[in-house]
Amino acid sequence: MNLILVFEQLLNGVQFGVMLFLMAAGLTLVFGIMNLVNLAHGSLYMVGAYLMVAAAQWTGSYLAGVALGLLGTLGVGMLTEVIALRTLYERDHLDQVLATFGLILFFNELVAIVWGRTALYTSLPAWLQGHLEIIPGSIYPVYRAVVIGVGLAVGAALWYVVARTRLGMLIRAGASNRTMVAALGVNIRLLYTVVFGFGAALAGLAGLMAGPIYAVQPGMGELILIQVFVVIVIGGIGSIRGALVGALVVGIVDTLGRAFLKPLLGHFISPPAAEAAGPALASMLIYLLMAVVLAVRPEGLFPAKSG
Amino acid sequence: MNARVVVLAAGVALLAGVPLAATLAGQPYYIDLIRRVMVFAIAAASLNLILGYGGLVSFGHAAYLGVGGYAVGIFAFYGVHNGWLQWSVAIAASALVALVIGAISVRTRGIYFIMITLAFTQMLYFLAVSLEEYGGDDGMRLKVKSQFSGLIDLDNPVAFYYLVLVLLLGVVYLVHRLVNSRFGLVLRAAKSNEARSRAVGFSPYAYRLVAFVIAGAICGLAGALLANHTAYIAPAFMEWTRSGEIMFMVILGGMGTAPGPALGAFALLLVEDLLAGWTQHWQVILGPLLIMSVLFFRRGLAGLLPRGGDDG
Repeated sequence: MNLILVFEQLLNGVQFGVMLFLMAAGLTLVFGIMNLVNLAHGSLYMVGAYLMVAAAQWTGSYLAGVALGLLGTLGVGMLTEVIALRTLYERDHLDQVLATFGLILFFNELVAIVWGRTALYTSLPAWLQGHLEIIPGSIYPVYRAVVIGVGLAVGAALWYVVARTRLGMLIRAGASNRTMVAALGVNIRLLYTVVFGFGAALAGLAGLMAGPIYAVQPGMGELILIQVFVVIVIGGIGSIRGALVGALVVGIVDTLGRAFLKPLLGHFISPPAAEAAGPALASMLIYLLMAVVLAVRPEGLFPAKSG
Repeated sequence: MNARVVVLAAGVALLAGVPLAATLAGQPYYIDLIRRVMVFAIAAASLNLILGYGGLVSFGHAAYLGVGGYAVGIFAFYGVHNGWLQWSVAIAASALVALVIGAISVRTRGIYFIMITLAFTQMLYFLAVSLEEYGGDDGMRLKVKSQFSGLIDLDNPVAFYYLVLVLLLGVVYLVHRLVNSRFGLVLRAAKSNEARSRAVGFSPYAYRLVAFVIAGAICGLAGALLANHTAYIAPAFMEWTRSGEIMFMVILGGMGTAPGPALGAFALLLVEDLLAGWTQHWQVILGPLLIMSVLFFRRGLAGLLPRGGDDG
């Protein structure tokens, strides 16, 4: 294994991490502010991917597909909040888990009814299909580089909104004391709906960017959802900074593990044994990482003060 | 004899009559269906011990179905069909896995606990997927069911049915005795007020961990039963939706009640069977039904039974 290969896999890890971050940010915001455990967050990721594919086919334009996909997921998210989730804020986590579990079944099946169960593949416009030479001797797909760029830009924008704007101030205030914010005359119900909608749009963004890399199919949201749980458990629930660090760590560890664990094990144990143990260990790696983090810090790396 | 006991006894009598009725009606399918329901009722009863009485919201209970199932499957794969051995190892291995998962996760609270138990189960799921030798993603057939030195023949559907029924009753009774013992009292006290139970001198961690291990062991037995029931073992035993379903059975039936998990298993799986016979897109109906049952039906099915007994 050479350094260029390691570098490319490292970038792939960052790209996966960025997507995990977009998912984790929404999930952790909703949990930190509304105290809501939303298992259906993965469904919004799936909805984003499907809406984008459908809109791109309908309009014939990739960018219009992206825009409509984002808006659509925002709308679906806000609608879901108003119809099903609003009454759950006062309930305990158990009820929230079960109700959003019901939502997942509903969304997965609804998507299967509309678009069928077979995976959809999306085509990219020509300007996203090429390769970049990032360092001499190494070419990297433009699309994955764009995903990294978009993810980091959204991360920066998110930080700006939460830390520097009036909306962000309300969000932070709502997280630490919702009753007081409501008493000061803020329409907290509307604020919640808006925050949930934004979280949904972030998940939708992750989903529609994932479309061309992975397959678009019913149930695609749950695979990533559980990895996102690992991210926010490692990072500390309710903390955006924790979500970023956790996402990058999980993304890189998972990607490098899948790429290099098998050849690496081959140095120490017999090749057939490495052949068998490598993939098994690689798929368990992030969960082992989580266990280690929790054994040392049960509240995650960056425990949020509230919630 | 209070009204509740009479209703429950009638329920057991009804279950005992299923094979006869199904055979007379020429519908052996129902023996199979109810047997499957009862296997899941055992799993739900074990989850109820930690979820209903211990307040530990485990979202990874299907893990032990998988461990129990694979224990039976792997022995059979190597030609060992002795059921006593297979099932003891299924139970012991599940207890061991529960001990490891529990030792880490019981230290955490609330939402962390939910996510960690889910994540560990997912880890075992991917482990099973990567075991190419045992079928990987597709799983493997159980060609020969567990053999019990000629005592009982699991290939006989009726005999197997009664075995599952007896085990279900045994498990429900065991959980009932456990939660009403001194051990169960501490477990329930820690659920209702942790600070107070600490103040009177009990550290809940050890009690919760032991309950977690017992629940895992019982669910491992359910896994061994399920493997024999379907004659097939696959990673799907441990799918996270399976964990969600088992959890739903407990809540739907009424958590923290002795008959609740079984009632929930019956309600959920029979509704599923009904909807699935009606349309292939049954989940689009089941999902909203589940949401509504959480929002509006909070006491669970056991709350509909006449009051009585000591579980509340």
